[in-house]
Amino acid sequence: MAVDLQILKRVAYFAGFTPDELGEAARPFFEQSFKRGEIIALEDELADNLYIVASGVVKLFKTSADGKEQIMYLAHVGESISDVPVIDGLPNPASAQAMIPVDLYGINNVDMLALLDKYPKAKQNALKILADRVRHLSALVEDLSFKHVIGRVAAILLKYAGGDGAGSKARLTQQDMAAMAGTAREVVGRSLKMLEADGAISMNRHRIVISNKKALENMIETAV
Amino acid sequence: MAEMPYIDLDKCDSCALCIPVCRCGALVLVNNVITLIETEKCGWCCECEEICPLSAITCAFEIVFADE
Repeated sequence: MAVDLQILKRVAYFAGFTPDELGEAARPFFEQSFKRGEIIALEDELADNLYIVASGVVKLFKTSADGKEQIMYLAHVGESISDVPVIDGLPNPASAQAMIPVDLYGINNVDMLALLDKYPKAKQNALKILADRVRHLSALVEDLSFKHVIGRVAAILLKYAGGDGAGSKARLTQQDMAAMAGTAREVVGRSLKMLEADGAISMNRHRIVISNKKALENMIETAV
Repeated sequence: MAEMPYIDLDKCDSCALCIPVCRCGALVLVNNVITLIETEKCGWCCECEEICPLSAITCAFEIVFADE
């Protein structure tokens, strides 16, 4: 199946590319599909490919020695994964797993580095992508270090409410939220019950309905 | 069609720990395979997810704003 240029056009690496340049850059990409729950990349292993999410949602996470999971990021359509190991040649800093059925556009690391060499604006875009990652991870460090769990859960609910605007709705389990908040699943369950008792959310079977956005925002501000 | 928890049958070893914990009787063993019966009675208590030693059951939440 051919790579959809409309998706590649949304990829930050290709910002400012002309249609001809985009068509040329798309050549080395191949499509790969993963089932829900399938591992795409393993932490500490070398990365052969950089991937662009063409459909679905990919979870990037680290696992502690005792098996506790910390989610670093959820990558949606148009976002790239395995950038860092492809660029520095070192092992994956995190694992990647398909949260729902996922289609990816992959490019071999040698081809990706050649592409960056060929197009200076792609290299410039790569710097911005890496800078964005640093900003995201700095914010995560702040959340994990300084905010109480209930504030972190409130922040997760607000961040993931309504999907990403592109039709991909990541559905989160309590385990996912625990991994994002850097806490245990049980603590997330308790936090959700507290938020429900406060009237900030209501739990309607598989839906968490945010009934008072302001209350959640206040929770983030005050739970430090 | 009622939204139900998800069972990853590749992970599930049919230990059946989830069956007694399910409050609405939605989990049954059919030919040694854990099977979900669709029911609106499932209140998404997540206890099946919690008890599963292999993390084969997941109860994922959709997060929405009240006005969506």
